Amino acid sequence: MTAELGHFALVLALSVALVQATIPLLGAWRGDQGWIALARPAAVVQCLLIVIAFGALMHAYITSDFSVLNVATNSHSAKPLLYKISGVWGNHEGSLLLWLLILVLFGAAVAVFGGNLPAPFRARVLSVQAMIAVGFLAFVLFTSNPFERLLPAPLDGRGLNPLLQDPGLAFHPPFLYLGYVGFSMAFSFAVAALIEGRVDAAWARWVRPWTLAAWCFLTTGIALGSWWAYYELGWGGWWFWDPVENASFMPWLAGTALLHSAVVVEKRDSLKNWTVLLAIVTFSLSLLGTFLVRSGVLTSVHAFATDPARGIFILAFLITVIAGSLTLYAIRAPAMKGGGLFAPVSREGGLVLNNLLLSTACATVLLGTLYPLFLDAVTGEKITVGPPYFNATFGPLMLPALIAMAVGPMLHWKRADLTGAIQRLKFAIVAAMAALFVTLVMAHDGPWLAIPGIALGVWMIAAALEEAAYRLRLFRAPAGESLRRLLRSPRSAWGTTFAHAGAGMVIIGIVASSAWQVEKLQIMRTGDVVAVGDFSFKFVGASPFRGPNYSAVSGTFQVSRNGNDFATLKPESRNYQDPPMETTEAAIRTGWGGDLYAVIGDPTGDGAWSTRFYHKPMIHWIWMGALIMMLGGLVSLSDRRHRVGAPARRGAAGRPLNVAKSPAGE
Amino acid sequence: MLRASIRFALLLLCIAGWSVSALSVAVDRPLEDPAQEARARAIHKQLRCLVCQNQSIEDSNAALARDLRVLVRDRILAGDTDQAAIRYIVERYGDWVLLKPPVKAGTIFLWAGPAVILMLAIVLIALWYRRRGGPAGRTVEPLSLDEQNRLKDLLGDGDRS
Repeated sequence: MTAELGHFALVLALSVALVQATIPLLGAWRGDQGWIALARPAAVVQCLLIVIAFGALMHAYITSDFSVLNVATNSHSAKPLLYKISGVWGNHEGSLLLWLLILVLFGAAVAVFGGNLPAPFRARVLSVQAMIAVGFLAFVLFTSNPFERLLPAPLDGRGLNPLLQDPGLAFHPPFLYLGYVGFSMAFSFAVAALIEGRVDAAWARWVRPWTLAAWCFLTTGIALGSWWAYYELGWGGWWFWDPVENASFMPWLAGTALLHSAVVVEKRDSLKNWTVLLAIVTFSLSLLGTFLVRSGVLTSVHAFATDPARGIFILAFLITVIAGSLTLYAIRAPAMKGGGLFAPVSREGGLVLNNLLLSTACATVLLGTLYPLFLDAVTGEKITVGPPYFNATFGPLMLPALIAMAVGPMLHWKRADLTGAIQRLKFAIVAAMAALFVTLVMAHDGPWLAIPGIALGVWMIAAALEEAAYRLRLFRAPAGESLRRLLRSPRSAWGTTFAHAGAGMVIIGIVASSAWQVEKLQIMRTGDVVAVGDFSFKFVGASPFRGPNYSAVSGTFQVSRNGNDFATLKPESRNYQDPPMETTEAAIRTGWGGDLYAVIGDPTGDGAWSTRFYHKPMIHWIWMGALIMMLGGLVSLSDRRHRVGAPARRGAAGRPLNVAKSPAGE
Repeated sequence: MLRASIRFALLLLCIAGWSVSALSVAVDRPLEDPAQEARARAIHKQLRCLVCQNQSIEDSNAALARDLRVLVRDRILAGDTDQAAIRYIVERYGDWVLLKPPVKAGTIFLWAGPAVILMLAIVLIALWYRRRGGPAGRTVEPLSLDEQNRLKDLLGDGDRS
């Protein structure tokens, strides 16, 4: 009964979305207040209906109602409650429903909290949001209904892929979707602005918090995903450049560019067309990511053939959204004139460089991800585009961006003095040089590329800190003055400091863990000892045990360092029954210097076990850095000017309110 | 045609899998000689696990990946050079098994693409800077609000909001 209720709620939501997508838009065009006013209640009702539908599906999962096909295929009665819940979005149909839920929650948030938006503009935004919802609802109802019944109901479900039964992955998709869908807000604002034919500082100020929030969620989602890959897949890898990862990484790159270009629109009334285009592209990439991952097209073009209805719907929807918004853009954008001029060497110029490199890097990832599909479709030739390609192309593109990232916040608006900015980074230059020297001494035989790599990370962190110190006039003004500046300095500037320093930490983590990793592959018997760098691992023994829905073997390794006991590691190798699958649970000991990583593999049959050990120096800096980047986004999000809302709109040529003249201003 | 090629690939997989299991027990047993083992590991990193997504056989638990690891070690032990060992695998599985796509007619745009896109973007931005009123030094302050209003009055364009 609840399943039918959920299904019915979805049908109702579709009709509400159809109304919301048309009436307020027409109302805004005709200036009809009644029609405009329909947008807010419609958005709230639509949200309630989808909450009911989502609740119904969750109810079916929690009560293990196997008469619902989706539950029978993806759940199992013996599964822990957490994974029954996460099972809701661990499959194609349910994940689409989660996507919809987040979309309408965001829509309702605009309806309820968007009091500072002019009513016609808000109506247009909500209409565009509803158009996206119509597409998704139609897709769910006509091709991917999660409420389909299965009669007679089976005694038990087929279970969730054991690799996905993990806390890190339970929360990974919701964060990713919060990011993807958050960018739908930037998209709706962009399309609404194009319909209105006006993009100004106020617009940028409305868009920025949504983009920032989406960016924070997406950063968290990607970090969780890579962390999961690291500890769950059992080989110590955390990024494979596989199409699924790229699908989430592309919107992140475009979204990062969007965050930065929106600053220029807000502060300097320039780069408007480009920012609107980026908002469209970012969301299009999010859509592409959602669909390509879930439809399985990325693994093989043949996924289209197995379910043509879905494939054709996806293609049609993508084409409608992308072509529609780009056509609107082509018609409207030329009429929008940019305001503030600036020299290539200026804060704006730095942000243009940021956008140039991030967009090119994003295009490279897109090319590498879709090229095998393209080549297969055109010539039937099968190739793989793997990590070596992305390392060779993406890496060199990001390098100048990372170097320049330290200097950018030091530049003045409009026209800047590059030499002066670099001179103000004295401490960062000294720190980077020192890092170069120390690394050279400590790792004189190490891979030579890693040495400047570490210096780059130190340069980024030190420059972020030095910029903050400069902003506070630390050590140059009396302590009281610095304190006063600390209290008054805008939070968005602190956001930059955190995010840029966090990126430096990620770089150090990546470089150190890949350059100085020690790995040992070994067949071991009880009592054997193997040396891994400074550590020695002693195999104490392996013993079988039973978990809630799996049987397992647990190995015990006594780790010592220079003869002293250091840790005991107990990796597991699990055998799940429903569905039958083998997984490894690596044992990881995180210390200040890095991670020790132990895996127990298969028995050889004569009493020995295959084992793997890694020492990965500073690898945890990757996720700590990502966390700090995300915190930077949150700090920026808490900036006063997002809380007090956007400034009132000015005339047609709406000039930005305050153009900061010095880097200290922002 | 596609179906035929898939069937062919599957057939190859089966043959290779069978011959491997005939050669040795499928356990990750490192080679005795550390130098040889290091070479084998370097090759593992360049080969794709056929049943995973973009994971190398070095990073995969799949049985097929394990078989390929063993196969590579066998080739190294048999005295193959790195190239010969890789060629041995590619002959059996096609270019698809290489994580780094070879440069050839079909992949020209893949490899040239990033540089082409970067060049294009740089040219576009340079043109945009030039069109916007020239290089540094000629930046113009936008009109203040009062000035804009005066201009609007003068042009008689006050009704457009």
